[in-house]
Parts: sequence; C-alpha cells; structure tokens
Amino acid sequence: MQRSLQIDPGKCTGCLQCEMACSYENEGVFNPARSRIKVFTFHQEGRFVPYTCTQCDEAWCMQACPVDAIVLNAATGSKDILEDVCVGCKVCTIACPFGTVNYNSDTGKVIKCDLCGGDPKCAEACPTQAITYINADETGFDRMRAWAGKSDNQPRVQ
Amino acid sequence: MAWTQKILRVNLSDGSIKVEPLNMEWADQYLGQRGLATRYFIEEVDPKVDPLSPENKMIMATGPLTGTMASTGGRYSVITKGPLTGAIACSNSGGFIGAEMKMAGWDMIIFEGKSPSPVYLYIENDKAELLPADDLWGKTVWEADEMLHKKHQDPQLRIACVGRPAEAGCLYAGIINDLHRAAGRSGVGTVMASKNLKAVAVRGTKGVGNIKDPARFMQATQEAKAVLAENAVTGEGLPAYGTQVLMNIVNEIGALPTRNMREVQFEGAHSVSGEAMHEPRKSDGKPNLTTNAACFGCTIACGRISTIDQGHFSVENKPEYWGSSGGLEYEAAWALGPNTGVDDLDALTYVNFLCNEDGFDPITFGATFSAAIDLFDSGAITTEHTGGMELIFGSAEALVWAVEALCKGEGFGKDLGLGSKRLCEKYGHPEFSMTVKGQEFPAYDPRGIQGMGLAYATSNRGACHLRGYTVASEVLGIPEKTDPLVTDGKPELVIAFQDATAAVDSSGLCLFTTFAWTLDNIAPQIDAACEGEWSVEKLAELGERVWNMERDFNLKAGLTAADDTLPKRLLKDAANVGPAKGKVAGLDVMLPKYYELRGWTNDGQLTDDVRSRLSLPA
Amino acid sequence: MKHVIIGAGPAGVVAAETLRKLEPESDITLIGDEPEPPYSRMAIPYYLENKIDAAGTHLRKSADYFEQNNIEVLQSRIDAINTDKKILTPDTGEQINFDKLLIASGSSPVKPPIEGMDLPGVHNCWTLADANQIIDRAKPDAKVVLMGAGFIGCIILESLVSRGVKLTVAEMENRMVPRMMNEQSGTLLKQWCENKGVTVLTSARVSGIEKGSQHPLSVVMSVGGALPADLVICATGVRANIKLCEESDIETKQGILVNEFLQTTHPDIFAAGDVAQGRDFSTGQYSVQAIQPTAVEHARIAATNMTERREHLHRGSINMNVLDTLGLISSSFGDWEGLKGDDSCELGDNDRFRYLNLQFQDDILIGANTLGLTQHIGVLRGLIQSKTRLGKWKNKLANDPTLIMEAYLATVQGQA
Repeated sequence: MQRSLQIDPGKCTGCLQCEMACSYENEGVFNPARSRIKVFTFHQEGRFVPYTCTQCDEAWCMQACPVDAIVLNAATGSKDILEDVCVGCKVCTIACPFGTVNYNSDTGKVIKCDLCGGDPKCAEACPTQAITYINADETGFDRMRAWAGKSDNQPRVQ
Repeated sequence: MAWTQKILRVNLSDGSIKVEPLNMEWADQYLGQRGLATRYFIEEVDPKVDPLSPENKMIMATGPLTGTMASTGGRYSVITKGPLTGAIACSNSGGFIGAEMKMAGWDMIIFEGKSPSPVYLYIENDKAELLPADDLWGKTVWEADEMLHKKHQDPQLRIACVGRPAEAGCLYAGIINDLHRAAGRSGVGTVMASKNLKAVAVRGTKGVGNIKDPARFMQATQEAKAVLAENAVTGEGLPAYGTQVLMNIVNEIGALPTRNMREVQFEGAHSVSGEAMHEPRKSDGKPNLTTNAACFGCTIACGRISTIDQGHFSVENKPEYWGSSGGLEYEAAWALGPNTGVDDLDALTYVNFLCNEDGFDPITFGATFSAAIDLFDSGAITTEHTGGMELIFGSAEALVWAVEALCKGEGFGKDLGLGSKRLCEKYGHPEFSMTVKGQEFPAYDPRGIQGMGLAYATSNRGACHLRGYTVASEVLGIPEKTDPLVTDGKPELVIAFQDATAAVDSSGLCLFTTFAWTLDNIAPQIDAACEGEWSVEKLAELGERVWNMERDFNLKAGLTAADDTLPKRLLKDAANVGPAKGKVAGLDVMLPKYYELRGWTNDGQLTDDVRSRLSLPA
Repeated sequence: MKHVIIGAGPAGVVAAETLRKLEPESDITLIGDEPEPPYSRMAIPYYLENKIDAAGTHLRKSADYFEQNNIEVLQSRIDAINTDKKILTPDTGEQINFDKLLIASGSSPVKPPIEGMDLPGVHNCWTLADANQIIDRAKPDAKVVLMGAGFIGCIILESLVSRGVKLTVAEMENRMVPRMMNEQSGTLLKQWCENKGVTVLTSARVSGIEKGSQHPLSVVMSVGGALPADLVICATGVRANIKLCEESDIETKQGILVNEFLQTTHPDIFAAGDVAQGRDFSTGQYSVQAIQPTAVEHARIAATNMTERREHLHRGSINMNVLDTLGLISSSFGDWEGLKGDDSCELGDNDRFRYLNLQFQDDILIGANTLGLTQHIGVLRGLIQSKTRLGKWKNKLANDPTLIMEAYLATVQGQA
C-alpha cells in the first residue's frame, strides 16, 4: 500500500518545524525558503495551512518537462526531479496548477516534494500531527485534487 | 558553528552601513543575543548616555540557536539603554523575524546615531539599505506592515516596527514584529523611534547551516523536544491555555495583584482566564480563542490567536478588528484585567490588539492606567484632565477610552505615555506607582510569592518576571517546590534563576522551555551547534557573567542599592485576603543575603573578586 | 492498426508513448527530419550555455528507448500527404501507409523579407545545428546583433552574454517580449538587460543586412545607421509547418485546423503541438500557441482519440509561458492583456524588477503577468483553469496581488 502525506490545517500552529526538516533533509541547511512544504498563514482567520505536492496522478509537471527530468518513483508514487537532467527551463513551475514546483535560483534547477524517498521528514518533525504519512486511500487529497477535473484536459493513461 | 559571524552596523546619522566580523572571543564568553549584544553595548556606549539621544545605540541580536531546528529557536533581543528606567534594557521577542535575520546571514544589527528623517532598514540577504519612511511615519504598526509587504511584493517579508506612541515619545513603546510579537518592555521601541527608525524589514533565504555536529545536533534537539512534549506545562498547559493557564492558579494562591496592587485576589479572575478564552460567549456562541500559534520553530505553541465578538462595544462598527489576531498572554491579561478591575475578556482582547497594533507594553500601560485610577480616586486628577471620562476600577469603557487616547496621543493619552512613575510624580502621588527602577510590575504579587519581590527589586531592567522567574519553583514546583510565603532560601533561588535565564536569553531559545528543560537539556543542543565546549557549568557561569555585566552598567549609569527596592504598598501594606493574608514583601531580609551571595558589597557594588572570577570587562 | 506520426518533437514523442500505452499491439512510426534523436528545442539555450551536452537535450535519455517501446523512428522529410490513399511519400526510402496519422510537424523560424538574410554569419536559433553554428561564431568580444526580443531571443541572451560577446538586441515592437509582457513589464525587462550590459533597441526595424568592412556584417537600421556584426541571430518569430498539407484536403489557416478532438478536416488525420490551430482556453477561439505544455496536452488527447476507443474532448489549452532573461524570470498566463472593460490590478517595483498584473472577469482570474516572481506561480494556472470564484479574495488581491497563493488556498482548496 502506498502512503501519502495527510495534512490537517486545523492542527497546525505555524511553527515551521516541517519547513526546517524539509530544507535540512534536502539542502543540508535550515532554510524555509528552500523547503518543499510551505505553511501559509491566514492571519485574519487564525489559520495555518501547510501545503505541498500531492503527487497527483495527472503529474502535470512530469508531462510538461521537455527533457524527461521528472520521473515516477515506483516505490513511493512520488514524482521526483532528476537534478542532473533538469535544465532549469521552469516549464513545470507554470504547468503545475497546484503551484508546488518551484524554481531555485541558487542551483538553476527546480525543486519539489519527493516524500524524502518514503520517509517524509516534515511529518516526522511536526509536533502536532498536522502532517502525517498514512495509507493513500485514507487521505483527503482526493478532495484537493478534485477541482482539476473541472477542466481536465488530461486523459488518464497511467 | 551556528553563528553567521557577521554583524551589520547601521549608522543612522550618516546613512552608512558596514559589515563587521563577529568578535568570536566574546562569542565564547557571552554566547549570543542578550549576553553578546550587551557586551558590545557596554563597550560602545557611555552608561550615562541620555537614552533618547543619538549617542544611545540599539542592538537587535539573535542567538546561535536562532533559526535552527531547536525547539523555540527563533528568538532575538533588543538591547539598549531604556528610557523608562535609565537602566540596561533588554527585550526579548519571538515570532519570525529573529530567524529571518539569521537566514539573511546576520547575527546582530547595531544601530547608532539618529537619522535626519524617518527611514526603515530593508535587508535582503547580503543587501541592506536604509529607505525613506516618510509615508510610514504616523502609521500604526499594522498599517506600516501592510504597506511594506505590498511595497516589496513579498508576503514572506518579516517586519519589526514601531507605532505612533513610540513616535510621540511614549516611554514604554515596544517593537512589534510579525504583527503581534513584541520586544515589549522598557521602552526599546521609544529608543528606536527616537532614531527616526520606523521599521526593520528582513528577507533571508540563505538559511542557517554550519552546525558544528549536525547529526548530534539533530539528535539533541529531538530528545529535547520529546522532553517538552511530555512535560505537563509545556506539553499540556501552555498549548491548551497559553500563559493564561496561570490566571486562576495565581489568583487561588492569593498572589494576583488587583486594582493597582491594593489587593491580591480578583473576584473576576475566572472571566479573564485561559479557561474562559475557550468558553463559548453568550453573545455570539463563539469562544474568544481561535487557535493557538507558535513562534518560529516552537513545539510548545503557547501563543493565542483570538477573535472579538463583532457586537462587542469595543469593536462595534470597526470591522478592521473583526478578524483574529494576537490574543491575551497572562501578563497582559492581568495588567489590563485584574489590575484595573475589568473582567470583560473581549474588552481586554481589544486593548491587547491595540497594544500590538500601535506598539506599546500592555503591562506598563495597564499598570499606568490603574495608577491613574488611584490618582483619580484620590482627587489628584479629575474629569477636567480626562475630558469627562470617569476613571474607576472595573470600567471597561474607561480602559478602552484610555488605550485609544494613548494611541492617538491626544489629551490625557499623552500623560498615560509617561508610565506610572512619572505620571504619579507629575500629579504629586509617587506612592501610587507600582514600579522598580521606573518599570511596572507584572502579574505576581510579592506578598504572596516572596521570591518574586527579590527578583523584582534586583532585576537589571526594572520590575520584571522574565529575569528570575521563581514562580516556577514557588508556585509550579519547577524544578522543585518551594514555599511561596517564606523568604528562606529565596536569595539562592533568585540568583539561580537569574543566571540560568541570562544564559537561556543568550542562546536563541525561549525561556518558556525552562518549565521543562534545565541547562542539562540546553547545553547539549548548544554544544552540538557551536564551536567550543558548552557544558552546563560554562553556561551557568556565562549567565552569572552576563548578570554582573548588566549590573555593572546600571551602577555606572548612576543607579544604586537604593534602587533595589519595592514600593511601600508592598513593603508596608499587608495582603488582605487569601493564603498570604497578613504578609508583606520580605525584601529587607532577602536583599542583604542576596548581595552577599552575589559576592557584592553591602551597598550592592561589584567587587574586584567578582570581576576577575568572571573575567568582566573593566 | 498502423499509426504514423510526423514530427519528433515533444508532441510527436508524447503521442507515440500515449498510443503505445493504449494499444500495445499497434504499429507506431515516428518520423522526424533532423539527424539527432528526438530532442527538445526548449533545452537549446542551456546547451548554448554549456550547462548540458547535446544528449542533455534529448527528449528521452536511454539510447534504445524507442526500440524498447517498439516505436519505429525514421529520419525523413515529408512534403506531402496523400489523404485519399493514406500514404506518405518521404524524401528518402519507401512509401509509408497509415491508418491514422498525427501531424506534429511543429513550426519553423520566420525570416523577415529583407536583403542579406542568406549571408554567411546570419543564423536562426532553432535547431541543434543552428546552435552549433552560433557557438562557433559567438567568441568573446564578437559583435552580435540579435534580431527580435521575443521569447526565443530573450531565452538565449544569457548564453550569449556568458560567452562574452558584445550584444545588441533589435526589436521592432516598442518593448521586449510583446507577446508575453505588457508595456510596463516589457520596459522593466529592457532596463534589466541594459543593466547587464546588453544594448537593447526597441521600435527598431532592421531594413537589411550587408557585408561589412571591419566586421563581416553590417546590420542596416530603418531609422538610419548600421550596426557592425560578426554574427546576426534572427529570432523574429515562428510559423507553423503546414506546407505539407498544401496539396491535400486538410484545411489550414495559421496552423492546421482541428476540432475539439484535435481531428483535422480529414477524420483519420489529427494534428498536435505548434502546427495545430487548437482551442484556446481563454478565448474559446482556435489559435496556434506553440508552447511546450500545449504540445503535450494536444499530443495526449490526439493520441487517445486516434485509438478510436475513446473520445477525449480538448476543452482548450491555457496559453502560458515562463521565460528567464539573464536571470530575470517572467511569466504570462491566459488572457494577460485582459478583456476590455474588465477589472485588473497591478503592482510594480521598478527598483527591484518586480511586477505582477492580474486580470479578472467578474471575480474569476482570467490572466496574469509576472516579473521577478518564481514561487508558486503555477497556482495562477490553477486559478485560471478552475475558473474559481474568488469572492472576497478578489478585493484582497486588488489590494495586494502578491497574495495569490493565499487566495488560491482559500478559494480553490477551501483551506482558509
């Protein structure tokens, strides 16, 4: 059974431990600006929303990549960037309608969540269980993805 | 090694900005933040300086663990000479800007001089520039925050800012960062505004790396987080109720200062407690508390985010206050509530919003307002001074009127900006000011918690709960329970807390971790992150060094042992109810012992022995 | 079933893969007219910068990828299609018959109708062969004139500047990237380039190219004067490769006309990518977009419909682009010029080269233009494509357009 990140914004306190864990795992520094997961603050509403790639089936990023630098990780279901193949054209950053592929100007490549290869550090670091890594069919991501169907141009041929 | 080893020196007079290497020899002796910045400050500033003159400096400093994954590692401190006290001022804040400063590559920023016109400092990683702030001047913190975010088109920009009272010279203005976190006490915001510096806006995308032993650091921080999670205070009480968990507890033991410290228990305490913030309001069925919120990297999340009932008189027809924002912490709730006799939770929340929106210390404001009520009660001020408003204990309307008058700087609002000491002197009744060294008390009555009387009297920044929080031991039993009503053993306790606190305040970590952590939990985290060897003993000694250095500055500034005292109301008027009934603050027996244990002379002066043992600067 | 695909760019390759997944048994032939294995033009700028080698431009990396997937790859030119007999006649080799045909023949650079375009040292920047020619001539301190500051012109600026050439850009329109940027952002982009040492001439038409005296070439400007040059790169636009349809009953305008199934006027022939005049999401009209995401979208839908097993509707592709001009990143989405009389908001910071423009219809985002923004910009597509009503967030965006991510989370994802 593949697992997915489940995010429950109601439990998030906005501490950014997830962002630090992510950037530390992937970049070797504590740097929220380079985190693949981002916590957005809704000050007026008193709400914190952690947000990252849902590893969607459509994989808009993967399909848009002109040089085959984004590949499916069969073990985890994540769509992974091959950094040595990525040329930094950024097409995936506009193709992903979830806004979860971002350009890193330091490296000239793009970055996105790869579930840390199946051991996501954000979930491990979250002190309130706002981020958990659970069986895929139990997550609420279907709802998050649902809107895509509204104008889905992509036949599902996985 | 966790430090960025870089300092930004900003000369506001000539507009120059210089980059300097961090003095690593000092870093080894003073660690960072409070300790290290104070070391720089005493080196560079004449203790006799007028706090609001261009010759005073202001340092914003992070600690080595600021911006790391250590729980609560997001703190920064503002060090300057305080206008309220004439003593060293050191105000500590959480939120996010401290970590952002570090991510931008700076351990500290030293501001000197005074800008000829309003400016703000904009930092984007290595780039730092002073930009005109004429359009921001005269705006509240919240307005300026919005304008800066928009101007720089960056929702992630972190901003620290002063409000209108700071500009108008209110002596207890703070620096507000991230909308509702504050370097709140001692008037550090007044100093900032006196330099024509409206705001500091920071964006850092470089991150914090160069940890000495990353693997050990991750392990040490993870273990320490587990300790916080399993502790009753940091794992349950603070997340659930914030610091407001204390309201009912302190009231019960008869140590809740009430109506300008006339009394020690407040009949309306429950209505303004942490528990009450959870209860649905009768009016709209919603609770005051919207969510709890963490500062950067904090796994405790004691912060409160509150929403006021839209129909409440304070915000009726003011939709700009209908959204949620930073809610009541215990000290603010006490100063605005029990100490003014007001038990209207939403009114206190609204006043707290305004303290954040316009940047001033709710403790000093609440205490100054309650002193004003005493003045009104005595006839020293009348409705002629207040433009018709009756100042009486328990009036939420009067409280709201007062805070709005202060924000606008109109009429009696200007007087309220003086703080209680100067206000009460102005109207001929200095005895109504509940202050030490000119700074107002927080929410623990020393008649009911004896150790706090000594902690207040000897605090280097004037009355304060955050220099030696013996409440932990005397009330909560941390690290072990002591009897709050006795004075025996309290000098030792106060010193231990003062020194440990000074060390924690120099690290980048939050003092609230010490409900669960001792230096035994903290030292391994620092040692894994920082060059050198950081043992518990080294940290304890460092704390003592910092404490003595601050004391030394104050003595050179002209303070004396005579300033290590408490108002008569606490020394002479016994508690009237509760467990402490019949008690006064036993400072007279504790203070000589304290001096002796510190190794100071009978009149509170540092000795050569102390100086050489702690390697204090001359 | 025998599927033939003309064109080995992204549309052709993705269509071939899609067909292979849907029909494991069918014959699939992919015909390209360039000697290299299928590669991406998108990657050429990075090849020019030496960031990747030629293999780094290849659409699929393993040498035997197409063989492994049982896709026959032919190098040939197809100049005509016999739609009655369903036969292709390549310039080399035997006739090829097909059951279903996909035309993904792409586009080609347009050469302006002026004198001297055939002189040695005047090049397009379109193929790997072009790129190699440019590399040979773009030596340090060489004088280079770039005709056209459109997408292709801008994206190769970095590689030219990094080679140390003395560069002048001549653009006919009044700003850079006029198809992607409005006047304010296009002007900012010009300023940025000039700060980096590039001479940018706007509203500047080249009237001809002559042999020069001290330098091999002389670029004559219509307003007078001439620019000496060692190398002239022409990047004045592209045109759909529709010539192969001329003699057939496949109708064309700017590109090959297709219906909502990407089917041409011939029922067994489909078109995809730069050559197809497909439906535009924003306007509902049929137009040539010539962008990578649209090519891929077309390819998958066309291929699916070629199998006859399903009829997948193409609801229209969003015209969007992202461009890195000497490190300044710009993007455009959908109807970034807006509808007449509808709302828009913009925010600019000239000092920091930032610009953001949002276009609304009622409270729905229909287009956007960004400069200097790289994080989460995909949600602009998300907001446009989902046609989400922004409600109160429209006013918040009007006040501060940088809150797009928050607006997206609050509305599309219902998270606030």
